[in-house]
Amino acid sequence: MKKVYVKEEVCVGCRLCEVYCITSHSKYKDVLKAYKLEPQRPTPRIVIEENRPVSFSLQCRHCDDAPCVKSCITGAMRKDPLTGVVTCDTDKCVGCWTCVLVCEFGAIIRDVNNKVASKCDLCAEAGEPACVKNCPNEALVYSEGGISV
Amino acid sequence: MRIVIIGNSVAMVGAVEAIRKYDTSSEIVVISDETYHVYSRPLISYYLGNLVSEEKMIYREKDFYRKNKVETVFGIKAISIDERKKEVHLENGDSISFDKLLIATGGKPIIPPVEGLNKKNVHTFIKMDDAKKLKEAAKPGSKAVIVGGGLIGFKAAEGLHHLGVDVTIVELADRILSTILDAEGASLVSQSLQNDGIKIITGTTVDKIIGDEYVKGVLLKNGKELEADNLIIAIGVVPNVDVVRNTSISINRGILVDNTMKTSVEDVYAAGDVAEGYDMLVESNRVVPIWPNAYMQGEIAGYNMIGINKSFKGIFPMNSIGYKNTNMITAGITNPQQEEFEIISKIDHNRRSYKKFVVKENRLVGFILINDIDRAGLFTGFIKNEMDITPFKKYLLNDDFGFIYLPKESRKAKMLDLEVV
Repeated sequence: MKKVYVKEEVCVGCRLCEVYCITSHSKYKDVLKAYKLEPQRPTPRIVIEENRPVSFSLQCRHCDDAPCVKSCITGAMRKDPLTGVVTCDTDKCVGCWTCVLVCEFGAIIRDVNNKVASKCDLCAEAGEPACVKNCPNEALVYSEGGISV
Repeated sequence: MRIVIIGNSVAMVGAVEAIRKYDTSSEIVVISDETYHVYSRPLISYYLGNLVSEEKMIYREKDFYRKNKVETVFGIKAISIDERKKEVHLENGDSISFDKLLIATGGKPIIPPVEGLNKKNVHTFIKMDDAKKLKEAAKPGSKAVIVGGGLIGFKAAEGLHHLGVDVTIVELADRILSTILDAEGASLVSQSLQNDGIKIITGTTVDKIIGDEYVKGVLLKNGKELEADNLIIAIGVVPNVDVVRNTSISINRGILVDNTMKTSVEDVYAAGDVAEGYDMLVESNRVVPIWPNAYMQGEIAGYNMIGINKSFKGIFPMNSIGYKNTNMITAGITNPQQEEFEIISKIDHNRRSYKKFVVKENRLVGFILINDIDRAGLFTGFIKNEMDITPFKKYLLNDDFGFIYLPKESRKAKMLDLEVV
């Protein structure tokens, strides 16, 4: 399946991926409105690591054998059998953080305001991950089967 | 082929989902003494505390059995197995024959031999019916004594506190959550409970239950007496091996299984809290009664029952548990006493955070994270993959610890799905 991969050599650490991840999962889907008008800004669904000069963002790997899906105590975390996308049904999630315990990528973020797991859904609604679309230096790539480095 | 599964919880789901990935024709029969649609056992404390409704406790959608062509035999207990004739005997006198059998009967509560157990409002707390009975009986302002400050007692305390019940935990060890936390960690967590008025009495246990028809209190071994309207026995669980007694299926504490979840008898498998499988950290068989383990063991059993050879590398204990805003994630060996283990730890009383890593021969073998729990899975991964942590060991306690501290090659291999060269 198509996933988001990072070329850390060309990441400049601008954090626009995070900004647009938040925007993409906001009510208004507009960067200014998302940041200025929403009473509670959405939790980002990606992780940014930075230790200058190296930086990169990390998104859910949508693992074939996803441990978060198998470990979820409520059944909220599911992998779509057709698309392979792993999503969290936030109506079912109780914020027990068992997925945080088992995700070897540390790619599941705690939305502590809503006490639910927050994770990359590959911008299912938009069709293309906003982090990739808005990366100014093309450090993020949306591709099938990994990238060559 | 007919596959029979005794038990209707998560190990069953793991098995059914694995089987149906490749085999849509075999018959699957699930037997359970409970009558519920498969539900989340760990949510019973949330249900008790009114944090989730009963409808929200279903673990798989309503059409799970139909969609997966599973025949259910609910409300009837399987009482014995004839492994030679390949039959399961039910309490109503019926028998069900099988080609492959999965025993996923879970655990049952440990009941201490004390006087007065037959009084009303003495509870256990592992199943839905236990939670319903307790919720019915626990009135706001009433008093409850929980015997056992382990994972079950801890979550029962939280649920009861949410109901406005005055809660006292009585724990035989010197601290609560003694199987997953050390003294520092337990002290930090205990404070959160005590700040809410939950009382914790350690180093003793119940000697006698007081009351006539109903529980009125308990007499502790230390001579102290406590009033109680409800008494919850939460000492622990043992594998529910009743159904395999008088068979040739080997049992130690639980039903012994190999790394394909097969028992000592051909065509008979076991998974979940009833099974005793390989623990890769202690390097011997052990019962690890946790939800994720049950799913994964059930899944492995499912594959092997339909002839797909998959094996389990092993499991180790891991838990994510919390009380209100105090969250903790622990895994593996968390409180070793031997000198061969190196301990790397940091406690921050202002932030109420604690991190502890247990290292053995350059491998991470366990950790405790309290409140700073984000990205805990990185560490679980290091344990599971038996990674040499030497290159980044000195950064483990960093607040921003992540892949960035790993050597570039191993980081890229992991993050880009590349093979490590």
